[in-house]
Amino acid sequence: VAPAAEPGVGIRLTVNGVGHDIVVAPDRVLLDVLRDDLGLVGTKEGCAVGVCGLCSILVDGVLLTACLLPAVKVDGRAVTTIEGLAGPDGALSPVQAAFIDHGGFQCGICTPGQVVAATALLAETPEPDEDEVREWMTGNLCRCTGYYGIVQAVLAAAGRNGPIAIRPPIEEAAPATPATDRGSATHQP
Amino acid sequence: VTVAAYARPTTIEEAIRELVAADGEAHLLAGGTSLTLLRRQGFLGDGPVVDLGRVAGLDRIEPAPGGGLAIGATATLRAIETSALVRERAPVLAETIGRVATVRIRNQATLGGNLAHADPAQDPPPILLVLDAEAEVAGVTGTRRVSLDGFFVDVFETILGPTDILVRIHVPSLPPGSRIGYEKFLPRTADDYATVSVAARLDVAADRTVAGARLALGSVAATPVRVPAAEALLEGARLADLPVEAVVAAVLDAIDPIGDVRGSVEYKRAMAAVWTGRLLRRLARADGPANASSEATGQ
Repeated sequence: VAPAAEPGVGIRLTVNGVGHDIVVAPDRVLLDVLRDDLGLVGTKEGCAVGVCGLCSILVDGVLLTACLLPAVKVDGRAVTTIEGLAGPDGALSPVQAAFIDHGGFQCGICTPGQVVAATALLAETPEPDEDEVREWMTGNLCRCTGYYGIVQAVLAAAGRNGPIAIRPPIEEAAPATPATDRGSATHQP
Repeated sequence: VTVAAYARPTTIEEAIRELVAADGEAHLLAGGTSLTLLRRQGFLGDGPVVDLGRVAGLDRIEPAPGGGLAIGATATLRAIETSALVRERAPVLAETIGRVATVRIRNQATLGGNLAHADPAQDPPPILLVLDAEAEVAGVTGTRRVSLDGFFVDVFETILGPTDILVRIHVPSLPPGSRIGYEKFLPRTADDYATVSVAARLDVAADRTVAGARLALGSVAATPVRVPAAEALLEGARLADLPVEAVVAAVLDAIDPIGDVRGSVEYKRAMAAVWTGRLLRRLARADGPANASSEATGQ
């Protein structure tokens, strides 16, 4: 077996607009770089196996999983974390503001990941319907089960204001008013 | 010879040289979802990492002559799911891949990594098996194409040798009249691995008999399982009178599930029977345009 050389790999990345040159081991994940090297602890570690969504981040605008992402993969790329969503003056992003306005959290541990995931959704689909929101946000668990407020906050951030309906438990129990398209029956105008 | 702990080649030839130099100890990195987990859980040594992320063109999704597809190994699952070309030529493949885990994982995980990982609970293998897909493998002595049927050897094990690289997945076009579907049984959550999954294809002739058939299952053995005995029973049958009970019996002969958090051995066998039957009945009913795929439905 050939001996492995110096394990460190030099990479250059920007995080929330700030450039960094760092040296990482090939299997070091971005989550640890963000939290331990850069002090950006808004990105949380939950399951550490890619399921829970607490470590959701954006790389060149694409929603990824920091606990499963070798840091070497972001060499030359732009990373956005929850700390990078507010404006330079501290003004909250529309998604952040909507989560506050609509109570899109309970204990708060999953909130950074929820907000980052919702930001990615609205960048790709600016006006999602409720089904699209629920499907996209499947990757972000809330152990407090605060999903009602989360879905409402995302819809509000997309400009779809008004309360959403609690879904009937059985599909046949849909409201008498016929739906014109998927999910529309559950939205107030 | 000193081997770099991390290499980022820009060509496949260069990547193979890195694998050779590492004497079989190197690991290929594509999206990183599987590699990170397997290393963290101690399934892999801490050998050098060869990152395929900068190999030019390896993530391309291209049309193949005759209506097929050639999908580069580092194409992400999300890129395949949203590709207009894949949605046009193999819609059931786009739909099935769109049901893997969550969008966050599909943005990162690649098809090549998914197949090379050889986790028998994954969604792409059964549907690719019934599509007669082939793997294009680059190695020291050149490139070869192998049927995906035979690619999987055991849990986390394929025919790929330590200096081989899966570079492309070829998906041929289907005969007119093909009906194809995938059932993923998810009793727990929408982003889970299947308790059992079933893919089937019926090539229906003008007289509404089955001219050709494919049947494959996931999560029921150490590898994805194709069931030739079931296919032989279906071939020649009338669409209106498929021998579902006999096919189910052939499936039960071919599978060997383990009991885990997604169900006991007995439960998985029972569900393999139920979902095989449901899928065949759905395909027999489907009366869409020729070559249209059915949706990949859950429970």
